Amino acid sequence: MAWKDLLVERRSKETLNALLFFALALLFVFQFALDADRERLAAVLPGLLWLAFILSGMLGLGRVFLVERENDCWEGLLLAPGDKSAIYLGKLAGSLALMFVVEAIVLALFALFFNVDLVPVLPGLTLVIALGTLGFAAIGTLFAAMTAQARARELLFPVLLLPVLVPVLLGTVKATEALLLREPLADVAHWLKLLVAADVIYVVAGLLTFDFILEG
Amino acid sequence: MTTLLGWLAALSLAVGAVMGFGVAPREVTQGNVQRIMYLHVPTAWVAYLAFGVVLVASIAYLVQRRPGADRVAHASAEVGVIFTGLTIAAGSIWGKPTWGTWWTWDARLTSVAVLFVMYLGYLLLRGMIDDPERAARYCAVLGIVAALDVPLVHFSVYWWRTLHQPPSVLKPGAATMPPAILAALLVNLAAFTLLYVYFVAKRVRLLRAESEALA
Repeated sequence: MAWKDLLVERRSKETLNALLFFALALLFVFQFALDADRERLAAVLPGLLWLAFILSGMLGLGRVFLVERENDCWEGLLLAPGDKSAIYLGKLAGSLALMFVVEAIVLALFALFFNVDLVPVLPGLTLVIALGTLGFAAIGTLFAAMTAQARARELLFPVLLLPVLVPVLLGTVKATEALLLREPLADVAHWLKLLVAADVIYVVAGLLTFDFILEG
Repeated sequence: MTTLLGWLAALSLAVGAVMGFGVAPREVTQGNVQRIMYLHVPTAWVAYLAFGVVLVASIAYLVQRRPGADRVAHASAEVGVIFTGLTIAAGSIWGKPTWGTWWTWDARLTSVAVLFVMYLGYLLLRGMIDDPERAARYCAVLGIVAALDVPLVHFSVYWWRTLHQPPSVLKPGAATMPPAILAALLVNLAAFTLLYVYFVAKRVRLLRAESEALA
């Protein structure tokens, strides 16, 4: 069943291209909205970075289960033999891979356009991004499956997702902020712990409840 | 039974109002504004109680698959959202003369606001799924995830705010309460809890009638 995610990956190429252009457009919007005031930009940079991740991730995740729906394969998912949580893990892995690619490129574009030197903080930043993205994708995948069958799903998905993700958002933005100010990671250890706790809770909740979503 | 509950709730609310306005003394520094507490604290308590009931009913529904459990979750979420709204409104009315502002991004205010939006989304999801059985299942999952999220929201928002500005200034004086004030508060707490039970019972009955009419 875990082969699912390979399929998702191959499919996501069409999503990936659109997402990258979306992220690029976002960077332009940020630049125009805030103008080139370096100090102001530096102050809001962590927030902007995560805003870009969240917005592009939300667009990408919202589509995770739409392919099955559009191609009438929802029943195929329902009838798939074995444990339903394997489907969840597969979808989660697919979403993670997609988001990591987008985030890596957005990060590079940020460094380029906003002229910030990210190289020295890259290891810490990678950790924070990995933790944040895992929590984001874990809940996102679950909610995407839920909203795939609802009316106005494009609207409903972010409305459900954003408030639940407040802890992840706060944690990642605060940790990124500290990193960009060259503070040691130990200073934000409590945020990292919170992110780890959120990841564990979200993934476990996803695994346990996904069965109920794919029932019919 | 429900009617009796309703009268009990009305009676205790009346007693609570008399206690809050008549028996409890005027607070020295805040004046009469402080009496909003007799509304604010009970509504906040009922909101948390309601969302706790949503969690329990959601788990019960997923385990037993009885529509009754789903109706309880649905009704409780609705009442919870209303009381969260009331809590925020009453808090604002109290905050304006006391803190000089309707709203501030204090830790507690923020986490209650997040809670409010989260459960509004829960009600929205209910309305957006046509198949009632599916809506029940999905909402049960969301009810569980949202409840699990509450402590995370609480901690994150608390750290977010307290690392920068200690909330001691914004926290209402938790100094020892005079017994008259405490008694008025407790009576109101009981009254609003009764009101909550009454609302949920009434709403569950309505939901049952609705689904029977549609069936």
